[in-house]
Amino acid sequence: MRLALDIFTALAVAGGAFFFLAGTVGLLRFRDTLTRLHALTKADNLGLGLVTLGLLPLVAWPLGALKLISVWLFVQLSGAIATQLIARLVRREDPQA
Amino acid sequence: MVSFLLAAAIFILAMVALGLFRVFCGPTDVDRMMAVQLLGTGGSAVLLLLAVAVEIPAIVDVALMLALLAAFAAVTFVTSASGSPAAAEDATDSR
Repeated sequence: MRLALDIFTALAVAGGAFFFLAGTVGLLRFRDTLTRLHALTKADNLGLGLVTLGLLPLVAWPLGALKLISVWLFVQLSGAIATQLIARLVRREDPQA
Repeated sequence: MVSFLLAAAIFILAMVALGLFRVFCGPTDVDRMMAVQLLGTGGSAVLLLLAVAVEIPAIVDVALMLALLAAFAAVTFVTSASGSPAAAEDATDSR
């Protein structure tokens, strides 16, 4: 059981790290601002989500796990709002984008 | 497991640091702000990994703080970047 949970943690954390890699590569390589914003949200949602998921078996069960999940939910909420605001700003400054 | 978590934290930190290269080369302020958003999220992930690896639960609060500051930074940037008259009108409409 312990081994299975460790493997689960390793896979999920490695997946999260991969999505941070993808977010960085997208942020550096994509052509225009809106596609770079798209790459950024991948790192925001999946990267942090998978890291949090992988850490869940390692923390104290009800309270520690709930706290990790609440950090992730907060980042989801604020990230969604921030990217909407930024995309609206891009659209307003350059309607052709 | 502890060393794996620390290695993952260092890897994510390196990725975020590479992403900060976007702050240098722009080309617009929006791109610079997006790199800072990535720093907020990636920093939170690094701090969560660190909190579990060294077993200090208080670091989770620091991660929460970093996410909160990134959210405030984004909102402040968008509200202060609306310099054109049309944007100001938009802002008063939505209030």
